[in-house]
Amino acid sequence: MSTQINDCIRLEVAGENALMLYFSSKKSLSNEQKASAITPDFSPVISHDVHQAVQLIRRHFSVEIIDLIPSYASILVVFNLLEIDHHHLRNKLKKLLQQGSRESSKEGRLIELPAYYSLESGMDLSRIAKHAKLSIKQVINLHQAQEYRVYAIGFAPGFAYLGEVDERIAMPRLTTPRLKVPKGAIAIADRQTAVYPAESPGGWHIIGLCPIDMFNPLAEPTMPIEVGDRVKFVPIDKQQYLELDGHFSNKVSLNDYK
Amino acid sequence: MTINKKGLGLNVTNGGVLSLIQDAGRYGAFNLGLTNGGPADSLAFYWANRLCGNELNSTAIEINLGGLQLTAQVDCVIAITGAPMPLTVNGQAKALWRSFLVKAGDTIHLGFTPFGVRCYLAVAGGFDIKPIFGSTATVCRESIGGITGGKLVADDVLPCQAVSKSANELKQLMLPEHEQPKYSKEVLLRTVLSYQHQHFSQIDKRLFFSSEYQVSKHWDRMGYRLQGREIKADVTGILSEGICYGAVQIPADGQPIVLLNDRQTIGGYPKIGAVISQDCAKLSQLRQGDKVHFEPISMSQADNLFHLNLSRFNQTQLIPS
Repeated sequence: MSTQINDCIRLEVAGENALMLYFSSKKSLSNEQKASAITPDFSPVISHDVHQAVQLIRRHFSVEIIDLIPSYASILVVFNLLEIDHHHLRNKLKKLLQQGSRESSKEGRLIELPAYYSLESGMDLSRIAKHAKLSIKQVINLHQAQEYRVYAIGFAPGFAYLGEVDERIAMPRLTTPRLKVPKGAIAIADRQTAVYPAESPGGWHIIGLCPIDMFNPLAEPTMPIEVGDRVKFVPIDKQQYLELDGHFSNKVSLNDYK
Repeated sequence: MTINKKGLGLNVTNGGVLSLIQDAGRYGAFNLGLTNGGPADSLAFYWANRLCGNELNSTAIEINLGGLQLTAQVDCVIAITGAPMPLTVNGQAKALWRSFLVKAGDTIHLGFTPFGVRCYLAVAGGFDIKPIFGSTATVCRESIGGITGGKLVADDVLPCQAVSKSANELKQLMLPEHEQPKYSKEVLLRTVLSYQHQHFSQIDKRLFFSSEYQVSKHWDRMGYRLQGREIKADVTGILSEGICYGAVQIPADGQPIVLLNDRQTIGGYPKIGAVISQDCAKLSQLRQGDKVHFEPISMSQADNLFHLNLSRFNQTQLIPS
């Protein structure tokens, strides 16, 4: 039940009322090879295609589609079985995305997030510096120099996966996750970075704090960023952090790895 | 019916193990990372609302395992459906799967169910709870929905419509006994092969569909972790992607996890397929040690089963009790 929509998009079944769109840039591969490429690379180009397809689908469907989950190189399309069946949806998506790929689309917004990097706010900075054989200042510079892309939102409300982190400061996840990571923690795992939207368990390395609410159910919009946006961290000092209503949590568990 | 303006309704005197405000679920908020929530056994939930003459999406209570005790502050009509929890009103035993009048001051108590897991308590007119992101469904992990984002606790008040005194001759309905779902300790999970199924060998697929799995001690509204024949994908992880209701995830230990209402929205484990919704609802009534089998079906069969199930629900008539 696999449909090749074009060189870069493949349509698969997910569940009773869900189809999956997989995106790749491997234009030269045969269909068979593509079907077996389970961990295609992700890249800004693919992410851009995903973002563009999400906008197209949102614009062209209404009641037929219940929800969409865009991620690094895929979109889960959850549909309403009372409005459309999988055959019709498949055909409609095929037509839409075949022509859609020629449309030009605008680049995602650039969002600046303030970041208070310090030993006080980033308890793992020294470990990353040691691991990377860099100074703490260099680690901070590498993190804030990069423009990140919002690849996916999930795991927890408001948790945005940003990529890619400079490989010199990429860090594997903690072997034992911390029981509590403070709200606003800016953290690194592999070549991804994120801001924890709420206090939660987590295995990422903390390098600073962001005073902006990443998820506020009462705010409009609920999140400052969405999939497809670009993000840049702008360093601030402690004074500015506090002025922006930043907090320090003393509840951080010291479950550091040994 | 008169609109109850004072915010009175059912007062929680004991929240029980895990009682949750639920409507049909939260849809359209995946882009924020919010999952669906909603009733784990949607069929029982819909019946509770139908028995109360409600819209099917009306807000009700999901009672997990039992122990919930409520005191009515107003006269109202309620119905309880689902697993066979012993129900009493003022100490008098009452049957499930029917609507009946409770009066202000009455005490409603649900004991612990010997099998099955979840019951639904609906009230005529639905509970008047403020929705968040378009739904009242409670997802504790996200602290979203319900009254406070968590389970019901003593002194919570669930506002509802009061029945006027003159309307006491209200139509009370029941679902005929032969139409009531039967809860057992064994369930067949019809599954659409999907997602990364091509990364499981033919042999592993055959083993998967011919083996019996048991519910492990890790089962909740997020997912059911099963134990049995190990199966392996030829990859251990994939690029994180959207997870649909019923998706069957196979982590490195080869033990399937069926993901349900409160699942994480994206994840990076290989998935062999997805269980159809009506069988997910049945799965959610199982607990540790209960048994399941998987059966492969096509997308078209899944589609047929969905519509058959729906038309059966729509055609089944309630009778006066």
